[in-house]
Amino acid sequence: MARTATAPGVPTTPLGKAALEVDDRLIVAGPLRRTLNKVFPDHWSFLLGEIALYSFVVLLLSGTYLTFFFDASMREVVYEGTYAPLRGAEMSAAYESTLYISFDVRGGLFMRQLHHWAALLFVASIVVHLTRIFFTGAFRRPRETNWLIGVALLVLSFAMGFTGYSMPDDLLSGTGLRIVSAIILAIPVVGTWVHWAVFNGDYVGEFIVGRMYIVHVLIVPAIILALIALHLLILVKQKHTQFPGPGRTEHNVVGNRLFPAFAGKAGGLFFIVFGVCAALGGLVQINPVWLWGPYNPAQVSAASQPDWYVMFLDGSTRLFPAWDINLPGNYTIPALFWPTLVLPGILFTLLALYPMIERKLTRDTASHHLLQRPRDVPVRTSLGMMAVTFYVVLMISGGNDVISEKFDISLNAMTWVGRIGLVILPPIVYVLTYRICLGLQKHDREVLEHGLETGVIRRLPHGEFIEVHQPLGPVDEHGHGELAYGGAPVPKRMNQVGGARRAIRGFFKPIEEPAQVELEQRRDEHGLAAAESRELTTSGRPSDGGRPQEPRD
Amino acid sequence: MSTTNPQSDAPSDEGAPRGLRRWSRRPADGSPAAAARARRRSKHRRRVANVAGLMAALVLTGTLYSALSPAQATEESGATESSAEAAGRELYERSCITCHGENLEGVPTRGPSLIGVGEAAVYFQVHTGRMPLVRQEAQAPDKPAVFSDEEIDQLMAYVQANGGGPTLPSGDLREGDLTEGGELFRLNCASCHNFVGEGGALSSGKRAPSLEDANDLEIYTAMLSGPENMPVFGDNQLTPEEKRAIVNYVQTIKAQADPGGAGIGRIGPVAEGVVIWVVGVAALLFGIFWMGSKA
Repeated sequence: MARTATAPGVPTTPLGKAALEVDDRLIVAGPLRRTLNKVFPDHWSFLLGEIALYSFVVLLLSGTYLTFFFDASMREVVYEGTYAPLRGAEMSAAYESTLYISFDVRGGLFMRQLHHWAALLFVASIVVHLTRIFFTGAFRRPRETNWLIGVALLVLSFAMGFTGYSMPDDLLSGTGLRIVSAIILAIPVVGTWVHWAVFNGDYVGEFIVGRMYIVHVLIVPAIILALIALHLLILVKQKHTQFPGPGRTEHNVVGNRLFPAFAGKAGGLFFIVFGVCAALGGLVQINPVWLWGPYNPAQVSAASQPDWYVMFLDGSTRLFPAWDINLPGNYTIPALFWPTLVLPGILFTLLALYPMIERKLTRDTASHHLLQRPRDVPVRTSLGMMAVTFYVVLMISGGNDVISEKFDISLNAMTWVGRIGLVILPPIVYVLTYRICLGLQKHDREVLEHGLETGVIRRLPHGEFIEVHQPLGPVDEHGHGELAYGGAPVPKRMNQVGGARRAIRGFFKPIEEPAQVELEQRRDEHGLAAAESRELTTSGRPSDGGRPQEPRD
Repeated sequence: MSTTNPQSDAPSDEGAPRGLRRWSRRPADGSPAAAARARRRSKHRRRVANVAGLMAALVLTGTLYSALSPAQATEESGATESSAEAAGRELYERSCITCHGENLEGVPTRGPSLIGVGEAAVYFQVHTGRMPLVRQEAQAPDKPAVFSDEEIDQLMAYVQANGGGPTLPSGDLREGDLTEGGELFRLNCASCHNFVGEGGALSSGKRAPSLEDANDLEIYTAMLSGPENMPVFGDNQLTPEEKRAIVNYVQTIKAQADPGGAGIGRIGPVAEGVVIWVVGVAALLFGIFWMGSKA
């Protein structure tokens, strides 16, 4: 290698040489350079999807550990383990192994709790990520595919959550499974056959836990992983959206390169997510199956709820009137069919098709890479808030017995609050959101036209008081600002345009001396500190009062 | 009051007006003054006699009444009242009679009959503070007990003596199999009181209360007497041994530490959902704000 070692740019360090060897064989330097140089825009809300990704990583890690000890079998056993209040009880092997993980496996209880908290966080972060995508219009062309993949991931995460919740075969999960069995049976015409196929017979049979196990640890995770990969590949291919701002156009991306800035940030966030899940898993008890007891179809407990994300379906079932439709020929469509199959069917269809619906209604088929501020699209924002309200009312109704018990409210009252609220609140929220959006828009325009409120009140020679406004840019002969609204945040306070000294740095506590900042500002002629020494250039009525110039003579 | 006015039979034929009579008390002439004094003395005497007669009549009536009417009552119950029962009666008549009636027969729309409920029901209702009731509502809430343990014993004796009914158990109330207790609790109790006795809602403001503060005897007597909306679990439904097993399970689970950390009410997914949003998501949002501010 003596000949090449003298060539310019050839690595001399051992690491560099090793890298060269690798690149000689795989030829990855080019693509890697392109990837590492990829630019990601910087905004806190773009990290929401990453929270979902990282909680999924936590789920994979902790779930793998749990598979070492979990026995997905419904074989009947007699418990002889550590937990005294159940010793001698008959239970399934699945429940017994869950108790074994909780009490006898080193770190088992922590891993179980970590897994469960991460699962709740996974769905929660998907939902928050989804609302961000929705309210900023990030789903618009060309990103409809990624929207559909995201909705599919949400549905799959529900499936993961449900199967994971049901596998331990405790009294709570068995109650949930019983309800799902009833929902399947409620499907018109094919319900019974589907139920027999899923459960391999009547409820509960001896197969369902084993089947759910394979779905939970193999099938759905594989699909989720594939879809996440596709989601990210499409994201990289289509490039990330960004909020409008100085220098940001439809044809560029302003931000940090993947390496090192963005990678450092993402790595840090991974550990924050892991830390939050681990803290919850270690400090807050979740799903204490030993308290619930083994599943027995003859038993049921008060306050049996699904995990929070499915609670809206429990709520819809609680709110829906008991309207069975009895057809001739001994056919019945049970009331359960509407709130648990029709309603989520409509909701998820609307959610998945929303980009197409909006495209159709607005006839906006152009490609968009710049995001919209929610206030600038009041109809969409209001529709979204309406949907969120609908969902939250259903979710609260899913826990209405607990709320009723803890806050001493009549359960019947809670049910009627839910029923009436479900119909009345979404339109109210629509109108309110719409007005708030318009109000915020108006205020943006007002600042652009008349300038910022400075808090300085002037008295004119004839006694009138005016508030001095600071225009954001050049003004016309009437004193009106000439800046157009660019879809980006408009400064609303003097501090944001350097009216006072800049903020002291430091998130938790100041990391610099205020006096130094003061001096620096004075030197650079920024802020009020500097203004003391110079004439207020915006004094007088016409230019900064935002009023037309009066002829002076 | 048929007593005559003592002044009404004073002779009015004296002729002299009242003012002059006063003047005539002067010892100028003796006889009219002496007569007046005599009249006054006899007036006093009559007045005293009348009052004494009235008092005597009242005392006689009262004595007769008290001698006759309780005699009938004791004849009914067939035995003389012990001192505890008497004290219990007194408490009953002071605090319970308005709604439960003077013979424990109950008052329509106010309170049920207490005949046959037994001392178990009295213990549960009074010891948990549910009785005496503050007001009529969907369900009597538990509150600090109004009566002392001694007074509760007296009330129990009184109610037990007048109608009988389930009695308090004796011995160690936790003498039962823990696992069996758990199984029985989940089968019979959990549907209202929740897996671990956290309580649950019933219709129209009624509820199955939390067993958090319940002592052994309260749980046992509740099963025996079936207060409010709770069914009665008689000894042929749950044998005394099974009841003891349930008490043992409830109290063991309550005292048991939560191995997983903070119990968050042991209420399951509702509390967990609140925690993941209020703690988990909030902490992470804070985290990404922080990272955003580092841009």
